[in-house]
Amino acid sequence: MANVMSVQRNKIHPHKFTLWVGIGSIIMMFAGLTSAYIVKRSQANWTMLEIPGIFWASTITILLSSLTMYLSVKAFRERNMNRYRSMLSLTAILGLAFLVMQVIGFLQYKSMDIRLVGAGSNASYSFLLAIASLHAAHVFGGVIALVIIARKALSSRKRSYSSVPVEVVATYWHFVDILWIYLILFFSWMK
Amino acid sequence: MSSESIHHGQQGVAAASSHDLHEEHHHHHGEESFISKYVFSQDHKMIAKQFLITGMIWAIIGGLFSVIFRLQLGYPEMTFPFLEDIFGKWAVGGRISNEFYYALVTMHGTILVFFVLTAGLSGTFANFLIPLQIGARDMASPFLNMLSYWFFFLASVIMFSSLFIQTGPAAGGWTIYPPLSALGQASEGSKLGMDFWLVSMAMFIVSSLLGGLNYISTILNMRTKGMTMTRMPLTIWAIFFTAVLGVLSFPVLLSGAILLLFDRNLGTSFYLSEIVVKGEILPNEGGSAILFQHLFWFLGHPEVYIILMPALGMVSEVMSVNSRKPIFGYLAMVGSLFAIAILAFLVWAHHMFVTGLNPFLGAFFVLLTLLIAVPSAIKVFNWLTTLWRGNLRFTPAMLFAIGFVSLFISGGLTGIFLGNSTLDIHLHDTYFVVAHFHIVMGVASFFGMFAGVYHWFPKMYGRYMNNTMAYIHFWVTLVGAYLIFWPMHYAGLAGMPRRYTDYSNWHSFNMFADMNRFISTVAMIVFAVQLLFVFNFFYSIWKGRKVTTKNPWGSNTLEWTTPIRPGHGNWPGEIPEVHRWPYDYGKDGRDYISQIEPIGEGESHH
Repeated sequence: MANVMSVQRNKIHPHKFTLWVGIGSIIMMFAGLTSAYIVKRSQANWTMLEIPGIFWASTITILLSSLTMYLSVKAFRERNMNRYRSMLSLTAILGLAFLVMQVIGFLQYKSMDIRLVGAGSNASYSFLLAIASLHAAHVFGGVIALVIIARKALSSRKRSYSSVPVEVVATYWHFVDILWIYLILFFSWMK
Repeated sequence: MSSESIHHGQQGVAAASSHDLHEEHHHHHGEESFISKYVFSQDHKMIAKQFLITGMIWAIIGGLFSVIFRLQLGYPEMTFPFLEDIFGKWAVGGRISNEFYYALVTMHGTILVFFVLTAGLSGTFANFLIPLQIGARDMASPFLNMLSYWFFFLASVIMFSSLFIQTGPAAGGWTIYPPLSALGQASEGSKLGMDFWLVSMAMFIVSSLLGGLNYISTILNMRTKGMTMTRMPLTIWAIFFTAVLGVLSFPVLLSGAILLLFDRNLGTSFYLSEIVVKGEILPNEGGSAILFQHLFWFLGHPEVYIILMPALGMVSEVMSVNSRKPIFGYLAMVGSLFAIAILAFLVWAHHMFVTGLNPFLGAFFVLLTLLIAVPSAIKVFNWLTTLWRGNLRFTPAMLFAIGFVSLFISGGLTGIFLGNSTLDIHLHDTYFVVAHFHIVMGVASFFGMFAGVYHWFPKMYGRYMNNTMAYIHFWVTLVGAYLIFWPMHYAGLAGMPRRYTDYSNWHSFNMFADMNRFISTVAMIVFAVQLLFVFNFFYSIWKGRKVTTKNPWGSNTLEWTTPIRPGHGNWPGEIPEVHRWPYDYGKDGRDYISQIEPIGEGESHH
């Protein structure tokens, strides 16, 4: 059996590798959407986007959550489980705060008298809504993943010393963070 | 989720690779319950069988739909009262209504392209062959693999239930172009059926992505000792490129479908602009219907290679084994698969030559499209030279592999016609296109699938399929496929368009009435013979001749070193080490040398 194990030439853990391929696939989805945006933008009847300030606040929030995620992985590696748990919870809370801010941002358009969907809406704002909601769905998936590994860390019955699940979630979390930064910069440059 | 967490727990304690998990599973094998063995199985071999049998059920449904609309096309003046008994208002007076005809062709296309030839073909053989042929106990994540099947099952349930809703299933063609598909008031099939279609396809995309992630990760990370990339069988190479195409192109279809869902349900204008339906002026403005076509065909073209490439790989493997010769030009085969995978992403606009695409842009797509002929010709050359002076064994699998090459050549040549944007002005949307893609993508991929089923059936069920039925199946299907699709080329060259239910009052094309009747008759015979195959399949699972040796075909690859009926974990002891490539047939006077045999003294090295 030992022989069989040494046979595996695992430079990278298969789950981490799977995540990277998955990230590639998510990138393709957003690349498809943002290219559609660029194509549509060059055509007639395009309204310039106005981006409310709260989207910049949410950007800072998600950036902070990446920092806490990093600190929590660091704490896990140092076996500082209390800090790990609190940083993990903080990350999840910041993630939820990000989602709430996104929703508030889109509600603000109502007061600005801009329609996102339905009659009188312009494709530019519909794109913003579609793309940002899809991104939010990905963040929400990340929050669920955080809750699952946080629960595992709180459970006293099972002790886990493998850093792989934590690192997989952390990589995903940093990815949705970078994805949002790409999107907000894309929307502010490609109004 | 619980098995995943146990997985991580064990891994942490043992600080070992994920293979330990599969060791554990293996030891527990005897205690598996019915549910965990046959239903929510995490064994890649059982998941493969689930994909195959679900795919077969879909193939019967999709095939039956084609028989029904061929009845209408072949006998437009006749009535079939039994159709009214079955379909009610869709076939009043025994004649298929126009709406129903469109629903039938749309579902025929959707079912065959996605549910049969994507999930049924690559889902089956990727799951079955990857761990067995690279020497792994299971997939990188057996749990994700199980989820992949159950998302496919969910997609199947949604699509199947859409057949029974009052306004009928989606009817805008399998390409679901807006604005037709986006506006419920435009047609019956664009009402609830279209929402079912989109949701079902979203589930299907999730299934494909979970599967594809796993295939790539398993092939790159879980190969046994000595199994370098260039020692992998061509089946695995083909499945690998298929998975890469799927992972990179399906998300783009999802993007397109999400925007379509917005347009349908939230009144946005991504694809809609200045439309009047039944006298009503719609508020939508500024949308672009062509945008959807770009997003759709960016997936849609790779999709045809997702369908075809597993067949290319299996045909190479089956042909080499049954010619008792090494595959000719192994690296050229890998290189041409790679070239096809790259080109797959660069040719999507050849589906859009007549949409008002800039002709200068079209010229690039013509060039890139015609370039596909190069890797395709390399593959055909290599298959023919593999057969050349081989010691051929005409097993059913081998016959289907040779039949595949014949269809690949015939269908590929008409692709050169259609790839030219100038000729395409005349040929687009005619029966020429129908004939082309049915031969090269539909029937050819089915032949690859049949070759795979006949060849690996002994490994799947420990029994052989019946040869007599298999030979009848092969000859009727091959001759039938040519008799059905060859005449369509003539009708297409004459300009006969697709998507019409009745040509009898159309003077330009009613000269093809006899031909249409002939095609319909052959189509029904060929469909009946496919049912014979299904019968043979299920009969042989329980009553087939038993396999008595581990390696009935005298094959070199690893799956034939496992027990006749391998358990979960595949090899009872250690995973064998690989010492050579899989195509040492007829080397140094020996019939075959398994991959696990070390290189002998003085043996020429490969």
